[in-house]
Amino acid sequence: MEITDREVASSSLLASIRAERRNGAASFVLDVSIEAPPGITILFGSSGAGKSTLLDCVAGLVRPDCGKIISGEDVFFDSSAQVDLPAQKRRVAYVFQSLALFPHLTVGQNVEYGLNNLPKTERQARAAEVLEAFRVAHLRNQKTSQISGGERQRTALARSLVTAPRVLLLDEPLTGLDSELKGSIVDDLRAWNAAKRIPILYVTHSRDEVDALGERVIAIDRGRVLGRGAPMEVLDAPRRKRLAQASGFENLLAATVLDLREPDGVMRVRLGETTREIEVPLAHVSAADHVHIAIRAGDIMLATEPPRGLSARNVLQGKIVSLERRGAMVIARVDCGVAFVVHVTPGAVRALELAAEKQVWLVLKTHSCHLVD
Amino acid sequence: MTSLWLSFELAGCVAVILLLIGAPVAYWLAYSTWRGKFVLESIVALPLVLPPTVLGFYALLAMGPRGPLGKLWGALFGHGLAFTFAGLVIASVLYSFPFAVQPLMVSFETVDRNLLNASATLGAGRWRTFRRIILPLSFPGVVTALVLSFAHTLGEFGVVLMVGGNLAGVTRTVSIDIYDRVQSLEYAQANEQALLLLAISFVVLCLVYGINRRVWTISWK
Repeated sequence: MEITDREVASSSLLASIRAERRNGAASFVLDVSIEAPPGITILFGSSGAGKSTLLDCVAGLVRPDCGKIISGEDVFFDSSAQVDLPAQKRRVAYVFQSLALFPHLTVGQNVEYGLNNLPKTERQARAAEVLEAFRVAHLRNQKTSQISGGERQRTALARSLVTAPRVLLLDEPLTGLDSELKGSIVDDLRAWNAAKRIPILYVTHSRDEVDALGERVIAIDRGRVLGRGAPMEVLDAPRRKRLAQASGFENLLAATVLDLREPDGVMRVRLGETTREIEVPLAHVSAADHVHIAIRAGDIMLATEPPRGLSARNVLQGKIVSLERRGAMVIARVDCGVAFVVHVTPGAVRALELAAEKQVWLVLKTHSCHLVD
Repeated sequence: MTSLWLSFELAGCVAVILLLIGAPVAYWLAYSTWRGKFVLESIVALPLVLPPTVLGFYALLAMGPRGPLGKLWGALFGHGLAFTFAGLVIASVLYSFPFAVQPLMVSFETVDRNLLNASATLGAGRWRTFRRIILPLSFPGVVTALVLSFAHTLGEFGVVLMVGGNLAGVTRTVSIDIYDRVQSLEYAQANEQALLLLAISFVVLCLVYGINRRVWTISWK
């Protein structure tokens, strides 16, 4: 719960809070400590992980039970000093998932809403500048009900950024947009923030968005921080089972450690209740320990004959249970004593004449197998 | 015709006063998280179930020369409250209270909370959020509250009889007048007034439903 004395950039956002929320009989505890320097920090996690609650606490819409929230030099919340700045004084911009555009006002009026204390000419000039930056200047006099989804998202961004906020919170602001539109809005957001340099907390549960936005990611699950760092470190080598599921590891297998081969940096494990053994990277475990192995469906190769002369160390014989076309991808379920999910292309299905009941061999590289807690 | 005009004057005063008093009460009822708020909700709804004579009786006692309201009024203005137009307004405000508060409360409650949160994060305090967001989005509720309290006051009888008595030009509203005429067997005149009241009420209600329909069809999504 303590914020460390580590030196941080003066405009960084620090939040170290505990908030319990009751919803009927169920209660949910958010207990996190995060730091967001200027630039985009992604909050990643499945729905119900506590991401939105964290944003609500930072914005001042939900009061944490205890802890501290500090933006640069300004204390938003400090339970020990009895500080709780009201939402309207925090200058935290918040783009809600629903966008929350005011339906009875025009695009221009929405954007000017937060500039109430400025004289009219300056208000209009500031609004014009941000409307231009987010490419919605031509919609200024339209009602928000008359514009498209992408334009609504741009308007919501413009409205929250026009107030020159100290922090920007984005709660899945780009859901439902195609990736091209998403990319162009993110580019405009980055361009705007290149000059302003404020911390942006970007909530998403989409792995694609994490990859597109890059930079830093904080993974949250069940109200706790599971990992933080570059997306590749946090999400591609997950050390926890829940995080592995959330970040798209389709195969999550229970296994028992057989023996450690420290000189080679590997160990052998037995899968589930079967006699199948595979080689995985060495971890801090001992023989007979129970572990979980996470493998992406796209990292598994499928062969119709026993493969030879491969560097991959693990080959498992099995039988196709089902094939299911999904978009440009076919999901193959393979029974090797334990069930595997493998992604193959429709072309591979045709070339190898894959079908249910067909005998196949799965090829797993040692380092495609990730150990998770 | 003075009685009809008097009824309109009374109903107009009551509708405006009720909007001003009802809005803050409705706001509190809509947004308070206090556990005991059902007590206030019950009090607001009381006139719906009480016979007008009961309400009128207690209003009369309170406004009488020895009642708290009557004493206060006497100290302020030098004359009593019972059997005056002002007394009638106060009693009618109490009697029509739920007709203003309920529609306001319902329409305040249906305003999307996210819009209120968005307003707060854009630096607006409660008053500004109320004025710029809640009130305009509750326009149908405001119209309904105004018209219902107007129409309800126009048609009231029991409370007026108890508190106002029957003073021509001061407290004799059209409903009392009609009753008087029926008592003295002037059926033609009673019919004339009754028909007029019927027509006016119908037109007013048409107006409300017409406006509300138009408001609802403007998509605010």
